[in-house]
Amino acid sequence: MKYVLLFVETEEFDRDLEAMGPDERDRAYQRVYQWMATHADKIRGGNKLQPAETATTVRLGPGEPVITDGPFVEGKEVVSGYTEIEVADLDEALRMVKTWPGCPLVEIRPLV
Amino acid sequence: MVREHAGQLAAALMRVTGDFATAEDLVQDAVLAALQNWPADGIPQRPEAWLFTVARRRAVDRFRRAGNYRAKLGQVQWPVQPAGDERLRLIFTCCHPALPRPAQVALTLRVVCGLTTAQIARAFLVPETTIAQRITRAKRKITDAGIPYRVPDADELAGRLAEVLTVIYLLFNEGYLATAGPPQSRDLTDDAEWLASLLHQLMPAEPEVAGLLALIRLHRARAGARFGAGHELVLLRDQDRSLWDRPAIADAVRLLTKAARQQRPGPYQLQAAIVACHAEAGHWEDTDWEQIVLLYDMLLHLAPSPVTRLHRAIAVRYTAGAQAAMTELDELAGTLPEYYLYHATRAELLRELGDTDQARAADRRALELTANPAEQAVLRQRLNWT
Repeated sequence: MKYVLLFVETEEFDRDLEAMGPDERDRAYQRVYQWMATHADKIRGGNKLQPAETATTVRLGPGEPVITDGPFVEGKEVVSGYTEIEVADLDEALRMVKTWPGCPLVEIRPLV
Repeated sequence: MVREHAGQLAAALMRVTGDFATAEDLVQDAVLAALQNWPADGIPQRPEAWLFTVARRRAVDRFRRAGNYRAKLGQVQWPVQPAGDERLRLIFTCCHPALPRPAQVALTLRVVCGLTTAQIARAFLVPETTIAQRITRAKRKITDAGIPYRVPDADELAGRLAEVLTVIYLLFNEGYLATAGPPQSRDLTDDAEWLASLLHQLMPAEPEVAGLLALIRLHRARAGARFGAGHELVLLRDQDRSLWDRPAIADAVRLLTKAARQQRPGPYQLQAAIVACHAEAGHWEDTDWEQIVLLYDMLLHLAPSPVTRLHRAIAVRYTAGAQAAMTELDELAGTLPEYYLYHATRAELLRELGDTDQARAADRRALELTANPAEQAVLRQRLNWT
């Protein structure tokens, strides 16, 4: 089964990351790279996204499309990246995600 | 009886069809047929064979329509003897954390206990379509999200077992808090005890399972004294203890003691131990309140919660007096503003400390916060008599 893992950052997580010294932050990133390497056999792709301020949203409808600055949902939780994985079932996906060392919120969505 | 066979049938069909949704549909058909025919024709000599025959006939119809008749029919064998493992897989799948709680409850009742949608709806006082939708969505999620049909591995077991125990406990509570209803209404406490007992059979080495089973049995052993002649709730201190099933209580305590020897304490074992303190007391006056407070301390250590602190405070009233209990309650103020029991407890303490007006105000607040008719009756009576 194929799933997308949506990584979501919270304001608190961003603050903590900001407050870290450069060495500590490096170690934090290292843990993420290590996780990616450990699960390389199950990962099919993915990307980190640039921060929410760089987003542009288009709302389509009967009239002219409406273009606005920012992510589609205003909020304290923002999608910061995604990874596509291929595993046997949801329990295997959950096992992987439980060890994720990065942001504190991860959504697991199966692909169609 | 339907429960015993429905669960095993579901497990066996799961093995044959490999598809949770199909197995569940087939069991449902068989159960409905049984409920229609058995009252008129009598319960067959071999009910499991009867159910299996119906399910097999429906399965054959399905396979014929789906075109894999020969292959599948060969696998549909008689008699049905699933390993204990099969039903365990069913239980864990129905209680998977990726399913919403109401769906876990409905699925477990349907698939493991063999209740019909109508029976589940009546038990929870919701429309049948609500339950039907809930179950349909859950089955769809199991398929679409890839929820596997398996018993969790050792490293996942604690978390998954906690989900199962929560579902069983929820069922028990739902049944326990229902006011005395008409005799033909489903007794969910019965289903909860059956499920806990089944789980204990299948996982005899898990002390928390034994703890939950003991807890349920200790409550049920005293159920005869809970309601008065007019279906009104009788408070524990006023209950006629001669109506308690003492042998059942002793059995439950033995079960709990055996589990405790494993030295793996947990919330259900501790809650059962607290209830056991009440259940073993010959009279209200003999209650070992010190032991109860100690057990609450342990429970708070494992599973801190404002509600548990409230219950501990209620016990503190009997070890250290109303003022000490009031001090505990004051510390809790703000954590349980909408919980009727908080205000009802304050009311009792205020009354004991001599502040009748404040007590009445607290009772009134409690009355606003509970929809349970039996609880409302107790509070109204207090307001009328003080």
